[in-house]
Amino acid sequence: MDREDLLTLYRQMLLIRRFEERSAEMYALAKIAGFLHLYIGEEAIAVGAIAAIRADDYVISAYRDHGYCLAKGADPGQVMAELFGKATGLCKGKGGSMHLVDAKRNFMGGYAIVGGHLPLATGLAFAVNYQKRDQVVLCFFGEGALPSGQAHEAFNLAALWKLPVIFICENNRYGMGTPVQRAVALYSNVAATARSYGIEAEPVDGMDVLAVRALMRRVVKLVRSVPHPYFVEATTYRFMGHSMADPAHGHYRTKEEVEEERKRDPLVLLRQSIMNQKLGTEADFKQLEREVGEMVAAAVKFADESPFPARTALEEDVYIE
Amino acid sequence: MLISYREALNQAMREEMRRDDRIFLIGEEVGYYQGAFKVSKGFVEEFGSQRVLDTPITEAGFTGLAIGAAMAGLHPIVELMTFNFGILALDQIVNNAAKIRYMSGGQLSVPIVIRGPGSAAHQLGAQHSQSLEAWFCHVPGLKVVAPATPHDAKGLLKSAVRDQNPVIFIEAQLLYSIKGEVQEGEYTIPIGQAELKRQGKDVTIVAYSKMLLLALEVAELLAHEGIEVEVMDPRTLKPFDLATITASVKKTGRLVIVEEGWRFAGLGAQIAESVYSEAFDYLDGPIVRVTGADVPMPYSRPLEDAAIPDRDRVLAAVRRLVKGGN
Repeated sequence: MDREDLLTLYRQMLLIRRFEERSAEMYALAKIAGFLHLYIGEEAIAVGAIAAIRADDYVISAYRDHGYCLAKGADPGQVMAELFGKATGLCKGKGGSMHLVDAKRNFMGGYAIVGGHLPLATGLAFAVNYQKRDQVVLCFFGEGALPSGQAHEAFNLAALWKLPVIFICENNRYGMGTPVQRAVALYSNVAATARSYGIEAEPVDGMDVLAVRALMRRVVKLVRSVPHPYFVEATTYRFMGHSMADPAHGHYRTKEEVEEERKRDPLVLLRQSIMNQKLGTEADFKQLEREVGEMVAAAVKFADESPFPARTALEEDVYIE
Repeated sequence: MLISYREALNQAMREEMRRDDRIFLIGEEVGYYQGAFKVSKGFVEEFGSQRVLDTPITEAGFTGLAIGAAMAGLHPIVELMTFNFGILALDQIVNNAAKIRYMSGGQLSVPIVIRGPGSAAHQLGAQHSQSLEAWFCHVPGLKVVAPATPHDAKGLLKSAVRDQNPVIFIEAQLLYSIKGEVQEGEYTIPIGQAELKRQGKDVTIVAYSKMLLLALEVAELLAHEGIEVEVMDPRTLKPFDLATITASVKKTGRLVIVEEGWRFAGLGAQIAESVYSEAFDYLDGPIVRVTGADVPMPYSRPLEDAAIPDRDRVLAAVRRLVKGGN
C-alpha cells in the first residue's frame, strides 16, 4: 500500500466530512436554507468510485450531491457559495444544494426527482457510444430510486443498447424514513433488479473506500473496453437525518442503531488501516485536519463575502439566445 | 413545390440530418416501421439504425435518454407517437429539459426537439385526442411551436432543430396528408414569428395548428357576407409574437381566438389577457374564445364533433362579435 495514495483518499473523505459539518453549522445560522441533504457516513462511495475514473468521465447523481461534486474536483469555495445562494456559486446561486453542476469537470448535476436522473445517465452514455469516445458514466442514486419506473426504463435501455453506464446504488437502508424492507420487494437482494435486465451486478462494502475503488477500477476497465452497463450495490449508512429538517435518528430508526453503524465510519476505518500498517502517524492526521480545516474555512469565508446575484440575473439562463 | 405536411417534416429532418451528424431521431416505430404516421419514411435506409432509433414503449426512459445525450453535445429529435404519450415523459421534459440550463447557471444546455401530433383525429377516444399545448407553454425554459401548413412545418422544424433550447413541436394527425406549396430549396422560418394568413379589416381571428384551416374557411364564407376577416397564425405559441397579433387587433378592433384545447386555463385565455393588456383601448367588443369543450373526448362521432370547434360555432362567434360591436 502506498502511503501517499491512502492519505490522499483519506484527505478527500475528510474534506467532504468537514465541508458538510460546516454546511450544517451554516444552515443553523441560516446562511444556507432550503433542503440540505448531508452525505456524512457515505463518503467512501463517492471518493472510492471517483478515484477509479478519468477526469473526462461523467458523473451524475441524485440530490445528496456535495460529495460527488467535491470528489470530482470542484472548488469548495464555489460549492459553498452555491449553498449560500451567492453569485459566485458553481451555478450562480440558481441551483442550490440539490442541483450542483460543474460542467467543466463533467459533473453533470444533482437531480431532485427520485429516479429522474437515471435516464439522463443513459443519455450521457449514449452520446459516448454515438461519438465513438471511451468515457464511462457513473450514476449514483439511493436504493429508494430502485422501484421507480424511470430506473427500470433506464436499466432496460442501458442493457438493450449496451451503454457504458455504471449504476451505483447506495443502499443506506432508508428512503427518507422508510426502510428498504417496506419499499423494495427484493430488499435483501436489490441487485436482482438490475440482473433481471441482464446487467451484471456486484455488491461492495460502501464503508470501505479501498474496496469501493478496487471494485470500481475493475468495473470501469470492463465497461470502458467493451461498452455495457454495470450495477454496483454499495451498502452504507447515513449518519445524519435525511435532510437538515430531520434529526439524526428520528422516529424511524433508533439512536442505538445509528451509534452502532457509526462504529463503521469510513474515515475511522481507513485511518485505523493506515495506522495499523504504520503508513501514517497522529501527526499526519493532525496535519490533514489542519489543511482541510483551512480549506473549508476559506470556502465559508469566500461564500460569506460573495455577493448575492443581481436582480438582473433572475431572467438570465432560462433560454440561450 | 406542392407537398404534404408529412413530406415537409420528412424533408426538414432529412436536410438537417444530412447537414449535421450530431442530430439523431429517436422514438417508437421511427425506424423500420417508417414512423407511426410515416413521417420518417426512408430514414433508417438513409441514416442507419445508429441515427434512427426504434425504442421500447417507455417515453420517460427514451426522452430522458435524449435529454442526457443533448447535455453531452448531441442534437436529438424525439418523436412522440402522439403527445398523449408525452404525459409519461413530462417529468423529463418539465423537470429536466426545461430547467437544466437555469439550474446549472447556464453551464449546460439541452438542444432537443420533441415532436409529434397533438389534438384530436377522428374518434380515437379520450386518451388519444388531447390538445396539451397549454401545459407546455406554461413551463419556462421550453419553446412551443405548432405550425399549420407544410411550408411553416418545414421551415419551423429546421429552426427548431437548430435551436439550442428544448423545443416542443406539435403537429396534428389530420394535417399530415394535407398538401400545400413549399418554397423550393433551403429555407428556415424563425421561431417566434406570427404570420398574417389572410388580410381583413373587420375582425381578427387568431388560430393555430389545424384550427387555422377552420379559420381560413370561415373567413372565406364571411367574405360573401361582407365581413372581412383577418386571420393571424402565431405559428409559435411560446415565445408568443404578441406585437404582430396586437397590431392586427388594433387595426380591426375585434378578436376571436380559436383553439382546440380545453377552455379553462387554455392558451386562448393567456392570449386574450396579453391582448387586453396591450390593446384594450382599441377593442370594439370583448375578446371571444371558441374552444374545445371541458370534457374528456367522447368516442361517439356526434359527441366528438360537439367537443371540437367547428365551422358553425366559429361563424356564429364572429358574426355575433361583428354585429354586436357595430
